[in-house]
Amino acid sequence: MENYSETSTSTIDKTNKKTDDQVKAKRKPMNRKTKNRLELALMYTIIGIMFVIIFYPLFWAFAISMNTTASLFGASLSPTTWSLDNYIWLFTNPRSNYLTWYGNTLFVSVIVSSVTTLLVSLTAYAFSRYRFKGRTYGLYAFLLLQMFPVLMAMVALFILLNTIGLLDNLWGLILIYIGGGIPMNAFLVKGYFDTIPKSLDESAKMDGAGHFRIFFQILLPLAKPILSVVALFNFMAPFMDFILPRIVLRSPENFTLALGLFNFVNAQFSNNFSRFAAGAVLIAIPIATVYLILQKYLISGLASGATKG
Amino acid sequence: MSNEKESKPVKVPKGADYSHSPKKAMLLSIIPGFGQIYNKRRIKGILILTLFLAFAVVMFNFVTSGLQGLITLGETPRIDDSRVFIIEGIIAMFFVIFYAVMYVVNIKDAKAEAIKIQNGWSPGGLKENFKNAWDTSFPYVMIGPGLLLLIFVVILPLLFMAFMAFTNYNLFNAPPRNLLQWVGFENFIRLVTLSEWRNTFFSVLSWTLTWTFVATTLSIALAMFLAILTNDKRLKGTRLIRTVLILPWAVPGFVTIIIFSALFNDNFGAINLDIIQPLFGTSIPWMSNVMWSRIAIIMIQVWLGFPYVYALFSGVLKGISDDWYEAADMDGASRWQKFREITFPHLMFATGPLLLTQYTFNFNNFNIIYLFNEGGPAVRGQNAGGTDILISWVFKLTFDNAQFSMAAAISLILGLIVATFAFFQFRRSRSFREEGTM
Repeated sequence: MENYSETSTSTIDKTNKKTDDQVKAKRKPMNRKTKNRLELALMYTIIGIMFVIIFYPLFWAFAISMNTTASLFGASLSPTTWSLDNYIWLFTNPRSNYLTWYGNTLFVSVIVSSVTTLLVSLTAYAFSRYRFKGRTYGLYAFLLLQMFPVLMAMVALFILLNTIGLLDNLWGLILIYIGGGIPMNAFLVKGYFDTIPKSLDESAKMDGAGHFRIFFQILLPLAKPILSVVALFNFMAPFMDFILPRIVLRSPENFTLALGLFNFVNAQFSNNFSRFAAGAVLIAIPIATVYLILQKYLISGLASGATKG
Repeated sequence: MSNEKESKPVKVPKGADYSHSPKKAMLLSIIPGFGQIYNKRRIKGILILTLFLAFAVVMFNFVTSGLQGLITLGETPRIDDSRVFIIEGIIAMFFVIFYAVMYVVNIKDAKAEAIKIQNGWSPGGLKENFKNAWDTSFPYVMIGPGLLLLIFVVILPLLFMAFMAFTNYNLFNAPPRNLLQWVGFENFIRLVTLSEWRNTFFSVLSWTLTWTFVATTLSIALAMFLAILTNDKRLKGTRLIRTVLILPWAVPGFVTIIIFSALFNDNFGAINLDIIQPLFGTSIPWMSNVMWSRIAIIMIQVWLGFPYVYALFSGVLKGISDDWYEAADMDGASRWQKFREITFPHLMFATGPLLLTQYTFNFNNFNIIYLFNEGGPAVRGQNAGGTDILISWVFKLTFDNAQFSMAAAISLILGLIVATFAFFQFRRSRSFREEGTM
């Protein structure tokens, strides 16, 4: 609420907020200037506090990852004793599964990302460009399913996968990721398709282009930005998700990164917090970078996907 | 499968055939395909008839045994697996629904085409018909693969869960060793009548609602405050400030939650050692006291949740025209008035439905509850921990206690609550309604 005072030409006495006459009567330039400064100082202080609150845990985790002591206790935050031991351990120690987990996650990510992007762009194309029977119901169903996280059916998924033998199998995980992501991603892409002028595909149709040709040669190239966002998003999701792997996967050699890292801090390995921190830093830095670079796109994209339908 | 664009309303249609009866076409369609043959589209009719017959012949056994299995849930333990019976039963139901829909479509198609013939339309050549059929079915072909996956990966498990809520599947009665029985609403009744279940259920439910409301509202309030603050034109370095304020959103959530859970550790967490003890000379039992755990979790969620809303709000604020505020200044409006009459309505109008999703998200925010201290601390006389919300309780019931039916019943209640949320979201998202009428 420290805002807008620039546009207001009068100093606003906080005790007399509502009386217009008094506000207009008091025009004291000096008073206004000091008030202005005070306000700015207050604003910077608040932002400074927020910076500390935001950076402290992140910096702390980074510092822990550079410590040689495995436990939390006695870890030092000063850079003088830092070393890369934990990182080296993750990659070179024969007892470390980090690279296996990395490979698993990459495998899941690549398949989920490519299949989802393909399926979703097909679905979104139909919903955006065609008026067919059941379209509205379909949109409603998608919107509704988007509200139900796959997780809600975890009892069923667990038993289902168990029954068909896909428990502790990366393919089971892949299937759930793809299926569960369809409604939300389809909305995202559909929203984008809707913004591409229809006259483009209509003129192509005049020239005798078929459905697929319009799709592949006109719409897809124009929709590259959103498709790359969807692909990227689905690529990163398995790196960040912890619950589904927790439900589906059982044996350590099948773990994805998130689940593996969690097991570092889980009861039986509780002494390995610094290794967890090292592994986490390695995931968090690339992902956070991507997110920050694409933030505008991701946030507005998600927003339009959720509101526009 | 007709192309409706071609039937234009003409007053005196050329070659109109009033002896051709839509009613007759519909009646004949009771045997699929016959109506189309009556409409002089023999190849289409024969094709439809063959497809329907083939589907019926191939699927008959599966569908009947599937539906039967769904009712009996198997007869001989160890050989019949009730879970498989339920799954096959659901798939059989899918087939029946699909068949019924196709059947209705077939009758409607025969009728629509007969009306068109009545108005003077005559079916074109084979090639043209084929093209028309391809045109109309194209969107379905496109949706097909995604829909199929959606049905088997999302809808099937949800239905399976719903069915399971009405069986007696638990640790002591587990297939394939035992058969399941339908028990009707017994699980739900036990949930609200047996004191052991009732106490847990209502305390978890009330905490879930409190948690959802408090954590989300606080994040939104903080986000709004910071968005308005950083929208001030006097502030320098806003780009950097914004980037830092969005940072918590960019770091993977599970990482930060685990970091926080270490920071909040009762004995050697930095918050107790470095902040609370030097300042107050005591330490706070963040992990082992229910109230403190709840406070810690809410604080962490605010840290995690405000940046996304903040980014949304910042975007909206940038878009509000200065004219509004200038006009308000002319009228001598106070800051509070400007906030209440201009800023707040703008923010709410632009982001309302999205904020609602924030509430549903936290309602099912399993990650933070589980990763912080697995829903702990334990509470006497309950099988859920002090910070367990419904979904993490379901997780415990499934994986720790093998109370599958009860977990399913609670999930179903959870689903109903979410559906209510969803209903409000439907009503509120204006643009979707516009879309629907297109």
